[in-house]
Amino acid sequence: MKSERTKGEVLLEIRDLKIEGQSDDVWHEIVKGVGLTLRRGEVLGLIGESGAGKSTIGLAAMGFARPGCRITGGSIVFDGMDLRKASEEERRALRGSRIAYVAQSAAASFNPAHRIIDQTVETAVGHDVRPRNEAEADAKDLYTRLKLPNPATIGNRYPHQVSGGQLQRAMTAMAMSCRPDLIIFDEPTTALDVTTQVDVLAAMRDIVEQFNTAAIYITHDLAVVAQMAHRIMVLRHGKLVEEAPTREMLTQPKEAYTKTLWAVRSLAMPERTAKDVVLRIHDVDATYGGVIKVLENVTVQVPRGRTVAVVGESGSGKSTLARVITGLLPPKKGEVYFNGKPLPRALKDRDKETLRRVQMIYQSADTALNPRQRVRDVIGRPLEFYLGLKGQERDRKVVELLEQIELSEDLIDRFPGELSGGQKQRICIARALAADPELIICDEVTSALDQIVQEGILKLLLKLQKETNVSYLFITHDIATVRAIADEIVVMYQGRVVQQGLKTEVLSPPHPAYTELLLSSVPQMDPDWLTHLLEKRAAAKAKVKA
Amino acid sequence: MEQTAPSAPQRVVKARRTVAQNIWRTLKKAPYSAWFGMIVIALYIFVALFAPWIAPYGEAEIVSQVPFDVWSWTHWLGTDQLGRDMFTRLLYGARNTLGIALATTLLAFAIGGGLGIIASIFRGWIDQLLSRAVDTLMAIPQLIFALILLSIFGSSVQNLIIIIAVLDSTRVFRLARSVAMNVVVMDYVEAAKLRGEKLGWILFKEVLPNIMPTMIAEFGLRFCFVFLTISALSFLGLGIQPPTADWGSMVRENATLITYNDITPLIPAGAIALLTVAVNFVVDWFLHKTSGLRDEK
Repeated sequence: MKSERTKGEVLLEIRDLKIEGQSDDVWHEIVKGVGLTLRRGEVLGLIGESGAGKSTIGLAAMGFARPGCRITGGSIVFDGMDLRKASEEERRALRGSRIAYVAQSAAASFNPAHRIIDQTVETAVGHDVRPRNEAEADAKDLYTRLKLPNPATIGNRYPHQVSGGQLQRAMTAMAMSCRPDLIIFDEPTTALDVTTQVDVLAAMRDIVEQFNTAAIYITHDLAVVAQMAHRIMVLRHGKLVEEAPTREMLTQPKEAYTKTLWAVRSLAMPERTAKDVVLRIHDVDATYGGVIKVLENVTVQVPRGRTVAVVGESGSGKSTLARVITGLLPPKKGEVYFNGKPLPRALKDRDKETLRRVQMIYQSADTALNPRQRVRDVIGRPLEFYLGLKGQERDRKVVELLEQIELSEDLIDRFPGELSGGQKQRICIARALAADPELIICDEVTSALDQIVQEGILKLLLKLQKETNVSYLFITHDIATVRAIADEIVVMYQGRVVQQGLKTEVLSPPHPAYTELLLSSVPQMDPDWLTHLLEKRAAAKAKVKA
Repeated sequence: MEQTAPSAPQRVVKARRTVAQNIWRTLKKAPYSAWFGMIVIALYIFVALFAPWIAPYGEAEIVSQVPFDVWSWTHWLGTDQLGRDMFTRLLYGARNTLGIALATTLLAFAIGGGLGIIASIFRGWIDQLLSRAVDTLMAIPQLIFALILLSIFGSSVQNLIIIIAVLDSTRVFRLARSVAMNVVVMDYVEAAKLRGEKLGWILFKEVLPNIMPTMIAEFGLRFCFVFLTISALSFLGLGIQPPTADWGSMVRENATLITYNDITPLIPAGAIALLTVAVNFVVDWFLHKTSGLRDEK
């Protein structure tokens, strides 16, 4: 069936597209002559690291350039109409009705003040495609097709009253409401948990097939795009690296760069055991506001010089565990032992020396670094604060740390805004390392980064562990990362530890039900993975019913 | 430090870059309105600093037997109701009004900004207490409240500064608190707390630099308002007291001249207006610069 859909009539043809972006009052070329052809009913995957120009090209397919960007060359022909020559009025008539867009963050794209159904039908009614009552009936039909729960009434809820995965499906319904010829999906599942991602991917794939809609699917995750797209284009620095049908791309990638897109998946570290325990969390309960229980009977041990990965979906209590260890959220019950001695429960009762031994690295280096402090001060402050280093002595140590994290000394006077995402995360690592800690809590430290950058960060963390014998408590939802770095795994679900043990034990069957669900939801580099998974799950459900 | 250098092959880490050139680069790109504003402000500051040297006569010196004299070569802007030189008093007025307004604004920012950030860091009952106190103060019309307080405590310069600063600090408090609220939830503030940093560090090193652009812009606007309040109070007779020259009271004392087709009282009023416009031009440009918004083309 897939081959049929790649032979239809050409719907969108982009030739030699050039787009410039402005920074510091200078125009830089960010898309350097990219061309693509899309036929009716075909799904094209655009993949590449951040800054590759994927989203910019996606928006250009609607004849749109973000503020601060301008289209400078090439042609964009949609169904016989050159969007670059068309007037703004003509383009506006197309957008929403014939070309639709699904953004990454559904939560940020919905207006929180209006009911979901009002927003779903807005485009159809606004473009006079169908009258309001018909549009509402149609929206409910789309909700059913997208397998949203209670399709008849879910539209009456407000965006904050449904889950992230449901909202993303509602946004797909919104895009579908005018039956567009082309939908642009811009990283629609990136912000979702793996377990929810499966449902959303299945729903989107289904509906696109049902209406024979053409789609451009933008993502940085090759395994995800493999489930959706018939053809994949790999982009880098605004240029096409490689283009091939999905199966061919996965089995025989031609360019070395394409292989780096799954760099983390190729990392695997044999587990090591250790006797000496640095951190022991014993039977801890934690609540927010004394009412909502977020952790229940949690017991976790971290061996010295080893890495314990805590996995689970959002809301499972992983990050709360980190807050309990750091003292930000004193536990209601239970103890946290550090080097065999109980840690004071609250942050304010801990002395400098205790604080120094436990450091933390955050998910988003953007918010973890003060934008008004230079690298020199960010890394220098713990040296000054804990070790009393000053002046040249302090600066020399900062340079030493920069070398340790494989960054150039030239970056010392940069502000965080002048660094790349990977560099920023390295600076955060250096800040933690500056305190010479025994335990570093890494809270999703790689999940905001591109694969190749992730690989670099993970390798760096392993190298630093070898050099300093520091222990990591590594919080993540990404199983590939766990394979790459962990010695032991703790699986959490709804505030409880579901399973814990050495990496090989946890990752090899038989699994408890939740671990099974989590592991099976991780997209594989196989275009049939989603189809097989859904069949398997449907079969299992049928069995339960029988 | 230099003695240790030869003993070991330790490199000297290069020193910080200066920011002077960056400032000049930014200034060169400023629009005409901002340049106009900056030149006007510079002129006012120059006049305020050097009034005694520029002015042809003394501040309260009675130089003519003729009150309300017309413009002439000896008295450029004529004389006032007591026969003092209007031009001289206009120059001295810059010094008094500007100086007092600046001191008042600085004090208002120290009080309001400090408490605002503290409220956002601690939240809970401290925030509630401070915020409700501020609400109460703001519920009373500002000018009338200032008039009441000035007639109770007497209108000396110190009282004037303190009373207006306290009343204006309520607005600064609200702004500082709401802007700082967005900063204190950032991971870097949490990181500083986890490091064990004290309140002072978090306030001055983590939060303050990040709310500075907004606060500086507000400083410009607040300065205008304080300046106008002082002029208004002087106009009403409760502000800066004679014989100290001040633009607000100059307007009041010479207001009758308007009926004789003489525009002299409009000149101090114009001086107030010009400064307000100039400050706003600069603030606008600064806000535009720091907001990171690009002009759509």
